[in-house]
Amino acid sequence: MKIIVSIKEVPVRDSQLRIAADERWIEDGDLSYEMNEPDAYALEEALQLKEKHGGEVIALCAGPASAARTIREALAKGADRALHIEDEHISSWGTLSLARLLAKAVAGEMPDLILTGLQSDDLGYGQTGVVLAEILGLPHATIVMAAEVTDGKIRVKRELESGWFQNIEMPLPAVLTIQSGINKLRYATLMGIKKAKTKELKRLEGNELGVSASSTATIERVYLPRKSKQTQMIEGSAREAASKLIEKLRFEARVI
Amino acid sequence: MSESVLVIMEQRAGEWNRMSFETLVVGQWLAAELGHTVSAAIPGKGITALASELARKKLDRVYAVEHELLGGYTADGYTAALEQLIRKVQPSFVLFPHTYQVRDLAPKLATRFNQALISDVIGMRNENGPVFVRQLFQGKLNADVKPGGAAPYFVSIQAGAFNAEAIEPGTSTVETFAPDLATTAIRQRPEPPFRESSGAVDLTAAEIIVSVGRGIKEKDNIPIVEELAKVLGGELAATRPVCDSGWMPIARQVGSSGQTVAPKVYIAVGISGAIQHLLGMKGSKTIVAINKDANAPIFEVADYGIVGDLFEVVPAMVEEVKHSLATQR
Repeated sequence: MKIIVSIKEVPVRDSQLRIAADERWIEDGDLSYEMNEPDAYALEEALQLKEKHGGEVIALCAGPASAARTIREALAKGADRALHIEDEHISSWGTLSLARLLAKAVAGEMPDLILTGLQSDDLGYGQTGVVLAEILGLPHATIVMAAEVTDGKIRVKRELESGWFQNIEMPLPAVLTIQSGINKLRYATLMGIKKAKTKELKRLEGNELGVSASSTATIERVYLPRKSKQTQMIEGSAREAASKLIEKLRFEARVI
Repeated sequence: MSESVLVIMEQRAGEWNRMSFETLVVGQWLAAELGHTVSAAIPGKGITALASELARKKLDRVYAVEHELLGGYTADGYTAALEQLIRKVQPSFVLFPHTYQVRDLAPKLATRFNQALISDVIGMRNENGPVFVRQLFQGKLNADVKPGGAAPYFVSIQAGAFNAEAIEPGTSTVETFAPDLATTAIRQRPEPPFRESSGAVDLTAAEIIVSVGRGIKEKDNIPIVEELAKVLGGELAATRPVCDSGWMPIARQVGSSGQTVAPKVYIAVGISGAIQHLLGMKGSKTIVAINKDANAPIFEVADYGIVGDLFEVVPAMVEEVKHSLATQR
């Protein structure tokens, strides 16, 4: 079974975000990056499917040259090889053009399965996987919590709202977007990290693939959200703040 | 291209997804701002009663998109049906509630019109055309987004962002639309939805909830917040990432994929406040947030906030509660 996992690099979760001078994006020069968390779960699911059914796992990532670090991490965890579509301004690619770019990169591979996270922690549009499936003419399922492969078909457990689930079966090849928590993430071993250095990492460019960046929707301005409530911020040392808070909860809000 | 807004409503087995009505409010507002008409569509099987209910709202038309193969949701079936409807109606805007079903469907549908979905919208303004507000970085920042390219534009609306009670009543006519669908073109085989018997703890009855997020760092630290819940006589809850990591049982998860709670007081410890979590607790009477990041979105909904180290603040709260209980006696 040949499985492609599409991963994205995003600023690390606890980054202090500063808005750029033109107010159209964040100041991203000095940020550290990591693998988008839902994509890490997609990678783990691919590795587990390979362990069960054999085959190959290929990591696919569109991002700047520095994204090679995240790609190496995927290789260290067990991906067999990687495709890196290198572009320093990947955030200027709208969803549609980015999905077309990814589609071009995977078309020659003829995978049985394409996995990706259900959304990115930065933009959060939550649609790259679905759009990729539509462009490739493949069936898809989103928000997947379990996947089971049997003779040319895949049966997945989809998450619905409020604790409901639904099983869906479809033919392979297919595209799945994976929900966080579907499995338990592995760490890269020392041996894995060593091996990763020898694995194939193929670089591609947008121009070579015949797709250029375009965008339908544009971000006009980025700003801090306005508070919907008047928050009383309680200052002081931990002891003082705790004491004031408990007093307020008892005598002002009267809830404890 | 007609100057119109089309709202796609959602139902399952004849029951509305109530978020649809919040989206209908947005549709009516957008149409009024742009001088467009607004219509609604409801896809499914056996949906006459739902369509009649819609006909009592202020709408230009109600499209009952009725077909045997729309009985259960499939991405292929629903996309084909709605694509045909949109090609016929030619709206300039297509609005959806941002449900789990829409996340599966709308990006595929938008692609067929050379568009991308502007997803999970929380607000909008009219500035020579609509500007949609959506969140970035899990709610840490907001962005104003303008649609571009050729219409129709596809937009989905976040739960709880608009009040469904603002719908304007009126009368409209129901038009049945029978899409051309074939079994062979639907690749997904859905089975009936089910609930997992997780032995869920009913958090909805709790008056005091102490809830814990990623800030707790590891499973071994859970007793720190557990102690606070204990001395307050409240229930312990957690965010999704904490449950995903196996630090707390899923039965105690609060948020859009867990339980929705509205206690007298909700104490959020080390929770940044991603929208999926806020949806499950923002109805709480009093919200307390304790977080080391002053810019964490949880402070936007909090009544009381402490910016600080939970590992110092929470034990101090426990001492304080014990002390005040002692003096009370």
